[in-house]
Amino acid sequence: MKFINLIIIAVRSLNKNKVRSLLTMLGIIIGVASVIAMLAIGQGSRQSIEDQISNLGTNVIMIFPGASSRGGVSSAAGSAVSLEMEDVISISNDCPSVKYVSPVARTSGQVIAGALNWNTQLYGIYPEYLEIRNLEIASGEMFTETDERRASKVCIIGETVAENLFDEYTDPVGQKIRIRKIPFKIIGVLKERGQSGMGSDQDDIIMAPFSTVQKRMRGSQRDIQQIYASAQSEEQIQDASDEIDELLRQRMKLTKNDDAPYMIRTQTEIVEMFTSTSDTMIVLLASIASISLIVGGIGIMNIMLVSVTERTREIGLRMAIGARGRDILRQFLLEAVLLSLLGGILGVGLGTLSSTLVVKFMGWPVLVTSYSIVLSFSFATVIGVFFGWYPAKKAANLIPMDALRYE
Amino acid sequence: MNSGEIIISVEELTKVYDMGEVKVHALRGVNMNIQDGEFVAIMGHSGSGKSTLMNIIGCLDLPTSGEYFLDGVNVKEMNKDQLARLRNRKIGFVFQTFNLLARTSALENIELPLLYNPNLKAKERKEKAMNALEMVGLADWQHHYPNQLSGGQQQRIAIARSLVNDPVIILADEPTGNLDTRTSFEVMEIFQELNSRGITIALVTHEADISQFAARNVMFRDGRIFKEKLVTKIKNAKAELDALPEEDDNF
Ligand SMILES: Nc1ncnc2c1ncn2[C@@H]1O[C@H](COP(=O)(O)OP(=O)(O)OP(=O)(O)O)[C@@H](O)[C@H]1O
Ligand SMILES: [Mg+2]
Repeated sequence: MKFINLIIIAVRSLNKNKVRSLLTMLGIIIGVASVIAMLAIGQGSRQSIEDQISNLGTNVIMIFPGASSRGGVSSAAGSAVSLEMEDVISISNDCPSVKYVSPVARTSGQVIAGALNWNTQLYGIYPEYLEIRNLEIASGEMFTETDERRASKVCIIGETVAENLFDEYTDPVGQKIRIRKIPFKIIGVLKERGQSGMGSDQDDIIMAPFSTVQKRMRGSQRDIQQIYASAQSEEQIQDASDEIDELLRQRMKLTKNDDAPYMIRTQTEIVEMFTSTSDTMIVLLASIASISLIVGGIGIMNIMLVSVTERTREIGLRMAIGARGRDILRQFLLEAVLLSLLGGILGVGLGTLSSTLVVKFMGWPVLVTSYSIVLSFSFATVIGVFFGWYPAKKAANLIPMDALRYE
Repeated sequence: MNSGEIIISVEELTKVYDMGEVKVHALRGVNMNIQDGEFVAIMGHSGSGKSTLMNIIGCLDLPTSGEYFLDGVNVKEMNKDQLARLRNRKIGFVFQTFNLLARTSALENIELPLLYNPNLKAKERKEKAMNALEMVGLADWQHHYPNQLSGGQQQRIAIARSLVNDPVIILADEPTGNLDTRTSFEVMEIFQELNSRGITIALVTHEADISQFAARNVMFRDGRIFKEKLVTKIKNAKAELDALPEEDDNF
């Protein structure tokens, strides 16, 4: 029997039962579409997380203070100090792989400019912080080391702060504002950065010299809330992190195995952490979606089984006029495969469409990859063969006489 | 009729259906020959084994014992696939219940046996199907579905399907069983027409008047041939049709 004849026979059979064929395909359509949409959403969010992390800066290393205090001596609650100013100085002096270092003092409060006020966060940083975080000044200029030494009351502000404190005709640079009642002079505006991956506004910020914030705004607290550093190059991130760790352990008189009262995170580690979580999420989403594909396959098997029973006389007739068992087998198998292939094609269409709609209306990051299309498509075909086989075999094994007599 | 060579030959054919506790002897030793170009009617009571014989001749079923030669081939030695091939190339079957594929056009129904023959091109298939359709006088109905056709027309489509592969014999098991007198005669007219063109036909019927359209009658009783006779005055279906009263005219 020629393959083209087989296709003619199978297509005619499917065509006879359009509604049923469509309903049978529905399972596969939905299955394939959801696999594609799930993968698209998963991959999209992964992509945006990666973008976010690269947004973090260049070769960034972050040092956070931990819960326990230095040297294992527990001081009175609240006065535990784990990172101090000398640590920052040593890192910048004694770690050859480290390029820039900046401590961060963080606080928040009300800002007043004329009649307008706004609540925002205030970062105390070294000028190098801009290099580490890849930030740029849009207008005005960055404060200098001199400002840092003198603890000058100057600041640079983010775009959101500028919009909320000044009308569009006023240049914020040179304006005076009061941050928690303390007067500051704006000397620059940061270039716009938009939303972060977590949805927070990165432009809603004011930055001032570290010493200014640490001494004037944080009261009696002298601990370092966070240290940002950057490595000389991407290859040296790990070296830099190791040097910092070694140095801090030395300074705190800790051996290699002691629990350190601080935590070092490199950009690479953060990338890995987030991508591995998003990989887990993708696998999870895809496996949920593939369950619906399998259910769709079972739907095909179900319909094909019903169809074999219903068409027993037809099978008998086909055999009576010369169809061999294997011709019948191939016909039913091909019907199942055609159903799932067609379902696959429609599913790819629906999946891509719904992914595009998600981008458009929900604003979620979505990425349809050819890989996910190929994956779900071949999965659909395999399902067609797998679940079509049993009913087809059942049909092929019918005895012509019995099939013809079947009522 | 030209008395040609023997194309169907059965010797001491028996068929036993083993139903567990009881064994049904459907055929108890049948000897019969059919020659090329013959028109044979097989008659007999219900349960006498007519259909069983037809199915064996049609290679749809195998005998329990005995020999069967179809066109010089010993059918006993054939495997399943070879039997399917025999059915496809040498046999045309007409059923009492037509057995047309629903929602499939008349022409596609007729074409069906040819789809299982890899030697034919699409164009040849269409041509042959169209020819067969013309032979049964339904050329204008090629695109109709079975449910849009009368019983008689459906049976004529089924006859066209049985002859489309140029079989050595057409086997018809009670082809007029579901039809009224007039349509029965119309169907018989077609069989006579085909027979006059040299096609061999074996037909099972319950009705004595139908059997009179064939040249030879074989009577079955209890799984054996009990009587055999040549029809002395073969009736002409066309003439009989014309003689029928007009009032139950279908058209
Ligand atoms: N598949 C089968 N299984 C068991 N017994 C069968 C089977 N087919 C036929 N028989 C039996 O074989 C005998 C002959 O049946 P067959 O169908 O040949 O009769 P028939 O002459 O065609 O009758 P009818 O005129 O009613 O069609 C019957 O007793 C029947 O019950
Ligand atoms: Mg019968």
